Amino acid sequence: MVLENCEIETTVFERPDSLTGTTSHYCPGCTHGIANRLIAEVIDEMGMREKTIGVASVGCSVFIYNYLNMDFVQAPHGRAPAMATGIKRVLPDRMVFTYQGDGDLASIGMAEIVHAAARGENISVFFLNNTNYGMTGGQMAPTSMPGQKTTSSQTGRDVETQGFPIRVSEMFSKLDGASYIVRRSLHDPKHIRMAKKAIRMAFETQVRGLGFSMVELLSICPTNWGISPLNSIKWLEEKMIPYYPLGDYKIHPALAEIKL
Amino acid sequence: MPLKGRIVVTEKYCKGCELCISSCPQEVLALANDRITAKGYHPATMVADGCTGCGICSVICPEAAITVYREKTGVNRIPA
Amino acid sequence: MSLELMKGNEAVAEAAVRAGVVSYFGYPITPQTELLEYMSHRMPELGRAFVQAESELGAINMVYGAACTGYRTMTSSSSPGVSLMLEGVSYIAGTELPMVIVNVMRGGPGLGNIAPAQSDYNQMVHGGGHGDYRCIVLAPCSVQESVDLTVLAFDLADKYRSIVVILTDGSIGQMMEACELPPMQPLKTTFADWAVQGCEGRERRFLTSINLDPAAQEEMNYRLLKRWIDVEANEIRCQEYYMEDAEYVVTGFGSSARIALSAVRIARAEGIKVGLIRPITLSPFPRQVYADLSDKIKGMLVVEMNAGQMLEDVLAANRYRTPTDFFARLGGVVPFPDEVLGEIHRMVETPISTDGHPRDRWLARVLAKG
Repeated sequence: MVLENCEIETTVFERPDSLTGTTSHYCPGCTHGIANRLIAEVIDEMGMREKTIGVASVGCSVFIYNYLNMDFVQAPHGRAPAMATGIKRVLPDRMVFTYQGDGDLASIGMAEIVHAAARGENISVFFLNNTNYGMTGGQMAPTSMPGQKTTSSQTGRDVETQGFPIRVSEMFSKLDGASYIVRRSLHDPKHIRMAKKAIRMAFETQVRGLGFSMVELLSICPTNWGISPLNSIKWLEEKMIPYYPLGDYKIHPALAEIKL
Repeated sequence: MPLKGRIVVTEKYCKGCELCISSCPQEVLALANDRITAKGYHPATMVADGCTGCGICSVICPEAAITVYREKTGVNRIPA
Repeated sequence: MSLELMKGNEAVAEAAVRAGVVSYFGYPITPQTELLEYMSHRMPELGRAFVQAESELGAINMVYGAACTGYRTMTSSSSPGVSLMLEGVSYIAGTELPMVIVNVMRGGPGLGNIAPAQSDYNQMVHGGGHGDYRCIVLAPCSVQESVDLTVLAFDLADKYRSIVVILTDGSIGQMMEACELPPMQPLKTTFADWAVQGCEGRERRFLTSINLDPAAQEEMNYRLLKRWIDVEANEIRCQEYYMEDAEYVVTGFGSSARIALSAVRIARAEGIKVGLIRPITLSPFPRQVYADLSDKIKGMLVVEMNAGQMLEDVLAANRYRTPTDFFARLGGVVPFPDEVLGEIHRMVETPISTDGHPRDRWLARVLAKG
């Protein structure tokens, strides 16, 4: 049977080596799982699994160290870029990345991430933006949109009293130290493929010593949004993308020649 | 003649989110309502012929639960 | 032997370099800043890592990351900055990583001032960060001892997977004294079996302070405690002066002990049989030394630059057997040897009261003077 398969079939897709066999804690449909897998696929394709160190953050992102089959550390809330800085400065030839949500990165950890970017810290950051605090039950995040209902903005985010969301990629595009800043989305296969290329480019930026790279990934949170995964995909497309436009916000000129 | 493919859903990972079902261009996937996984979900499964092995379901699957195979065009080729 | 005239903060920095520190992360704060400035040129000169972080929070978490690699790492700060670092300190303790932190104490609470104080004894010795952990705390009283304890700190950190605090203050950090520096040690080439450096040729590792299962967290806490008991059994350090025939004892740590020693020497010259006990490890605390004070000791004077923080540990260790008085200056005021000498005279001339708490009696004396 196996032999026969070898002869007539090719494997189009299977779980990448860099994913462990652990079942995830993510809710059904949660695109964290897609982001985890894309990072694993890219690391496999680059042959870098044994030379990569991941830094997990706090939030739903916290348990990524159970799912990616490589060395990992787990940071205090918001401090992943600082930990990654410590690791990368001691071990400059390793590939170091952080995996952070929007509460972690854009609220409690804003100082750490901005200064890592401003220093041009040679690390890669994968930033999952699902417009709320997922792990604690869907509270308002710095990325929650005006009018968005969350468990701590129950009648919708009122910008008069709760202020405005932060568009992180746009903000970081103004930092001289940042070399690769893009926003992608995980809502359909086409965009997922684009996200994967961006993850690869972020790592390529690091491997070439070009400095700070970040891929913002628009993600769904069906459980806390209170809608099905399929409706969440629609909501992301219709509500999030207009507010958080996809695109390349900063690309180091030396990256132009890389063709993936 | 379209290529023939098949998928294998590793049910311990599948959480029945239906993203693969809605993405499948051939519309050959559905939830298996006759069984539940250890985590308590109806897993996705292939319910009709017509899979081309395009791999789109595996791209959208958040749990990397789907392995996709496609029939080779030249059967005698040495496996990769 | 060659002596060099060095400022306390810079001597600690150079000692750390020679002890093989591979990375330093810090943030400017007086009266610690010379340490950061020294490292800013010395570390890159040797091809080692230096980052001036965006905050103390950033610095301690860079140290956290660097400590995960198994290489020697450190930071330094002063009181308010250390408060900010305590989040990371708890996480580093919870991940069982070695690291060295230098706290050059200043007057507080709050922003306080930049003068020397010892008011962070409790913060360093009795916790500070959340959770059930202990740090080894070393208290030097001179530039030379700062150098020696810095080298020891890195060894102890590695030996016990522990945080080691060098608890000094603005006076020792800023003073210049002659000191002998240690030889340059080679950098580590072998690493513990927990070090995260990429999983080449081995199973992957991960370092975390999370134990979602309370039973696993309890197990981890047992492990910390067992290790701490080893520390207590092996690492207590304390220096005694003129104790052989002493009838009175003065005790303090760091700067206050140094000042008190001047007073003790004058008192000895006057014929008073007084000795001095100076804990070098504040944590683990040399409890037995105080427990074993002989019955012929007629009185003990605890001298600190805080409102009686070590005093409580001394009283508990001594089990209130020795009549004890307390003397302190607070908020960045440094006591003069004369003031301590006055207290020694008072202790010798009038028996120590055993009414109330030594700290309260001291405060009453201060207030009575106006």
